Amino acid sequence: MAELFASAPFAALLPLSVGSVELAAVDLGRLTLITPYKDREAALSKALQSAHDVALPAPNRTTGQAGCRVLWFALGQVMLAGPEPDPGLAEHAALVDQSDGWVTATLQGEGAEDVLARLVPVDVRAAIFKRGYTVRTQLQHMSVSITRTGAERFQIMVFRSMAKSFVHDLETAMEGVAARG
Amino acid sequence: MRIDDKGIVDRTRPVRFRFDGIIYEGVKGDTVASALLANDVRLLGRSFKYHRPRGILSAGSEEPNALVTVGRGAGAEPNVRATVQEIYEGLETTSQNRWPSLTLDLMAVNDLAAPFLGAGFYYKTFMWPATFWEKFYEPLIRRAAGLGALSGEANPDRYERAYAFCDLLVIGAGPTGLMAALTAARSGADVMLLDEDSSMGGRLLSETDLVEGQTGPDWVDRVLAELRGMDNVRLMTRTTVAGVYDQGTFGALERVGHHRAERPAGAPLETFWRIVARRAVLAAGALERPVAFRNNDRPGIMLAGAVRSYLNRWGVAPGRKVTVFGNTDDAHRTARDLVDAGVHVAALIDSRHDAPDSSDYPVFKGATVSDSSGRTALSSITVRRIGGEERIATDCLAMSGGWNPSVHLTCHLNGRPTWRDDILAFVPRPGAVPGLYAAGACNGVFSTAGCLRDGVRAASEALRDLGITPANVTSPEAENAPYAIAPLWAVPGRGRAWLDFQNDVTVKDVKQAATENFRSVEHMKRYTTQGMATDQGKSSNVTALAILADVTGRGIAETGTTTFRPPFSPVAIAALGAWGQGKGFAPDRLMTSHAASLERNAPMIEAGLWYRPSYFPRPGETTWRQSCDREVSMVREAVGVCDVSTLGKIDIQGPDAPEFLDLVYCNVVSKLKVGRVRYGLMLREDGHVMDDGTCARLGETHFLMTTTTAAAGQVMRHLEFARQGLMSHLDVAISSVTENWAQFAVAGPRSRALIDGILDSPLNEADWPFMACGPVRVLGVAGRLFRISFSGEHGYEIAVPARYGDSLFRLLIERAEALRGGAYGMEALNVLRIEKGFITHAEIHGRVTAFDIGMDRMMAQRKDFIGKRLARRPGLIDPERERLVGLKPAGAVQEMTAGAHLFKDGAEPVAPNSQGYVTSVAFSPTLGHMIALGFLKNGPARHGETVRMVDHLRALDTRCEVVDPVFYDPEGGRVRG
Repeated sequence: MAELFASAPFAALLPLSVGSVELAAVDLGRLTLITPYKDREAALSKALQSAHDVALPAPNRTTGQAGCRVLWFALGQVMLAGPEPDPGLAEHAALVDQSDGWVTATLQGEGAEDVLARLVPVDVRAAIFKRGYTVRTQLQHMSVSITRTGAERFQIMVFRSMAKSFVHDLETAMEGVAARG
Repeated sequence: MRIDDKGIVDRTRPVRFRFDGIIYEGVKGDTVASALLANDVRLLGRSFKYHRPRGILSAGSEEPNALVTVGRGAGAEPNVRATVQEIYEGLETTSQNRWPSLTLDLMAVNDLAAPFLGAGFYYKTFMWPATFWEKFYEPLIRRAAGLGALSGEANPDRYERAYAFCDLLVIGAGPTGLMAALTAARSGADVMLLDEDSSMGGRLLSETDLVEGQTGPDWVDRVLAELRGMDNVRLMTRTTVAGVYDQGTFGALERVGHHRAERPAGAPLETFWRIVARRAVLAAGALERPVAFRNNDRPGIMLAGAVRSYLNRWGVAPGRKVTVFGNTDDAHRTARDLVDAGVHVAALIDSRHDAPDSSDYPVFKGATVSDSSGRTALSSITVRRIGGEERIATDCLAMSGGWNPSVHLTCHLNGRPTWRDDILAFVPRPGAVPGLYAAGACNGVFSTAGCLRDGVRAASEALRDLGITPANVTSPEAENAPYAIAPLWAVPGRGRAWLDFQNDVTVKDVKQAATENFRSVEHMKRYTTQGMATDQGKSSNVTALAILADVTGRGIAETGTTTFRPPFSPVAIAALGAWGQGKGFAPDRLMTSHAASLERNAPMIEAGLWYRPSYFPRPGETTWRQSCDREVSMVREAVGVCDVSTLGKIDIQGPDAPEFLDLVYCNVVSKLKVGRVRYGLMLREDGHVMDDGTCARLGETHFLMTTTTAAAGQVMRHLEFARQGLMSHLDVAISSVTENWAQFAVAGPRSRALIDGILDSPLNEADWPFMACGPVRVLGVAGRLFRISFSGEHGYEIAVPARYGDSLFRLLIERAEALRGGAYGMEALNVLRIEKGFITHAEIHGRVTAFDIGMDRMMAQRKDFIGKRLARRPGLIDPERERLVGLKPAGAVQEMTAGAHLFKDGAEPVAPNSQGYVTSVAFSPTLGHMIALGFLKNGPARHGETVRMVDHLRALDTRCEVVDPVFYDPEGGRVRG
C-alpha cells in the first residue's frame, strides 16, 4: 500500500548561521486561523480560556506560550498555534486549518534586530517591540507575521510557497550585518 | 606640501594610492584631495564644456571640480568627489573628461571656441538640418562634454536598504549638531546623530579656535566619548541625509565600503536608510561661496575655508605663497592660520574699505582680484585698487564671498527660504518641514559660540514638543567673532568670470539669459544649465541669482531661488533600488510539485509570482509543440495530471456567507446544494468582469471559492472591501487558504480509475456526478475532491494539505503513466481550454463585460449584486460591441496570432477599420488545425462569415472563419460521462 510522505520546504534550507545570528525552522504544530463571528469575541475568549488556557489577544499582542500560543493575525483574526482546536470554538468563530499554509522560522542571536531592520519597515527594537508583541508586516516583498519571543529572538511566519525567497533575503541581510562586524 | 605638526591625520601610517596611474603616498585620514595637495598635485580634472584645467575648490561634498573615477572594471564608480573619497592602500583613481591625458587635453580646443558655445548655444546653433541633431550633433556634443562614464557592465557591488526609527534625528555633527545631540541624549531621548564626513566635528576639525579651553578636535572627542557611552544614542558617520519626505521620513545614504581596501564577503558598498524621526534638528552647516572674477577657475584658487581645512585638519598647505581674497572678517582667519603655520601670505585682498589691519601680511583694503594667470596652475593674480592694477605672484588664492547656509533639506517639501540682508544669505523658513528645527550655521548663526548655543536651543524646543523635559545643558565658551560681511558677488571686468564650475557657466551667461528675457530664476537655470549635475549648484546658486537680480533690477529676495529637490548629494540608483538586484526583485512562489517537475526537465514559466511547468518533455521530443500536442492527446484519450495549486482558494464561513456570496457573484450561489460546485462570475462595481472561478459548498454555511491565479490577491482584497465597506452588517469570515492546499487536476477518460486508486474507498458513481464535491481520504490523509473540469474531459481536482503535495504529485504521475497518461503543463492546459472555449484573463482582461463573453444570462435578475446597475448601461449591452467568437482557418492557414486584429474581408487593414482582435490561439491536435478565441463586433451574429486577420507586428495577413467559441464537444457529453 502506497502512502503519502510529508515534506517541509525549510528542510533543505535551514538551519543557517551567519555571524552571530541564526535562522532555524520551527514546527509550531497545528495552526488554526480563528475569525470570531459578530460580537462573539468575549465568548470566544472564554472558550479559549477554558479549552486551551489562553485568552484572545489584543491587536499586535500574543497570549500563551510556546506550545500553545494565540497570535493576533489580522483585523478580527487570530492564529492559534500548537494544539488541535477544541471543536467547541466553532460555535463562536470560523476555524480554518492553516497548518500547511505558513512555515515558521526563528531568527535569533546578537544582531537579529539589525537583520530585521534591513528588511522590515517597522520598529522591532526591544524598547518598542517587546516580548510577546506581534506584527503583520512585510519582510522585503513578503507578507509575514513577526513575533518577539525572546530578548534576541523572533518568530517569523511566511507563506509556504515563498520559503526559498524568504531564506535568500534573510541570508543576504544576515551577511550584510555580519560583514560590519 | 605637508606642514609639520599640523593636522589630525595619522602621520605614522602611510597609505599609497594611484591617481592616473602614478603612485602617491598619503597618510591615514587623508582624502584623495588632501593627499594630492600634499604631493603638490593641483590639476585634477577638466571642465564639463570647455575642458578647462580644474583643481580642488572645496574640502567637502559640495566640490564641483575635482571629480574622479574610483576603481576599474565593472565596479568602477565615476564622478566621485576627491574631497570626499578617503584613501586606502591600493586605491585607484582616474581623472575624467579628458583626451588623451589630463595635462594634454585636445578637447581643450572647445575653450578657444567659447564665443560660440555660450548659454543656449545648442538651442540656436544645431537646429538645421533637423535630422542632424540625433545623428550628428548630439553624439558629438555628448562626446565632447561630460563627466565620468559608467563601465557599461553589470554592477558587481552589493547595496543594502535599512530602516531606522528615533525620537530625534540630528543631521550634521558640527558644533550645533553635537550640542543638540548631547542635550537630547542627556534628556533621555532616543537620538540618532548623522554626519556625512568620515569624522564628526564639522568645522571644529578645521578651525584653530578653542572650545571650553580645548582645541576643537579634543572637545569633539570628549563629547563623542560621552555620547558613545549612552545606549540611547546612535552615531553614524559617512551618512548623508539626502531627502526629506512626509511624516518625518528621511532618506539617508551611508557609505559603508567606499573607504575600505578589502570588503568582507557580503558587505554592502552603500546602505540606503529610511529613517522615521518624531522630530529632527537640522545642523547642516553652511557652504562657502566663491567670488566671480576673470579666470577664477584656475587650479590653485580655492575657497578660504577649504584652505583652512587642508591646513588645520590634514596638515597640508595648498601653496607656498598664498594670497587671500574676501569680504568678511572670516577671510582674515585664513591668513592668520597660514602665518601661524609658517606659510608665507603674500597679500590679503579685502573688498571692504574698513577691513582690519595686520602686521603679519599686507592688507589691500577696498581692493579686488580681477584676473589670474598660469596655465594648469595658478602663478599670479591681478589686484585692482582705485589707483590701478598690480600683479602679485602666488600659487594659491584662498577666496571667500561669504557663506550660504545649507537650507536644502528645509526646501524638500516645497518650502522656500527667506533672505536676510544682514548676512547676505538665505536662511530656512521656520516650519518649512514640520517637526524639523534648523539650527547653527544652516540657520544663519556663524560664530562657534552661537552655533553651540543654537544647538541646545533647537534640541530643547524639539524635546518640549515631544513632551520630554530638556536637560539643563550649558553651552560652552567659544569664539564669538562678528561676521561683518559686505556684498561681493562678481568683480566687474572683461573676460569670463566663472559661477558654476561644474557646468562652465559664467557671469556673462547669466547676463545673456536675462538679455534674452529668461529673467525668472528657473528659466535662467535651464537656459544656462547653472546649478545642474552632481553638485546641484551648491557653490554657485546664490551668486548666480544675485547677479540675475542685479541685471534685472530686482532684489535678491524678490528674485528667489530655484527649487532644491532631493537628493542633497548624488545617490546611486543601485542604492535606492537596493535588495532589488537579481532574486531580490520579487519573491518566487514555488508549488509543492516544483522539484518533481524540474526532475522531469519541465521548463518553468512565471504566472504572477508563481512558477509553473510549461510542458514535460519526453525522450525524442525536440520542440515544445511536440510535447504539448502529446499532452493534449493524452488528456483527451487517457489521463493527465496538472498542478493547479496556484489558483486562489478562499474559505468563506458564517451564517451570512450565502447572502455575501450572492452579492459578490453575479449569479446565484445561495441555492447551491451542500456537496456541489458552481461556476461563478464576479463583476467590478463598474459592471465589467473582474474574475471567474468555482464556488464549492462544503457545508450549510461553509464555502470554498476559487479564483484565477493572477487575480487571487485582487479578489481577496475585493471581498475584504465588500465585507468591511459594503456589507459590514453581515456575519461572514473570509480566509485565504491558497497556501494550505496542494491541488491537482486529474483529467481524461481514465481519471476515474486513477482517482479510485488513491482514495481509501472508491467513489460511488451516484454520489459523484459532474460538479460534485466533498471530503475524501487520500491514502489515509484527509483531503477534498471536486469533480470539475477545465479541459472538457471527465475530470477531478484533488486537494491535500500542502505538506503531502510533493508525495501525491509523484504518485499521481507514476500511476497516470501506467495508464498511458502523465503530467501536463500550462501549454497543454491552455490548448485544452481553448478547444472548449473556456476563458482566462486573456479574454477577461478588464475591458469586457459578461455580455461580451456570452454570459449575460448568468447575471441574475432577482437579486442585487456588485456591478449589476452599471452592467446594464446601454453601452455595455450594445450588440455591436466586440464580443467573444471562435476563429478557425479559412483555407490552408498555417498561422494565427494572439494580438492580431480582425477586419472585414476586403477592408483595408488600418486602425479605423478594426472589427476586433484575437486573444488566444492554439494548434489543436484534436482538430488538426489552428484555432483562436477573439472579440468581434456583433460576433455571435456573424458565425460563418470570413474575416481578415492581420498582425502588423508579426507581418501576418490571413483569412479565417468566425465560429462558435466552443470547438470541441459542444454538448458537454465527455465531461459528464
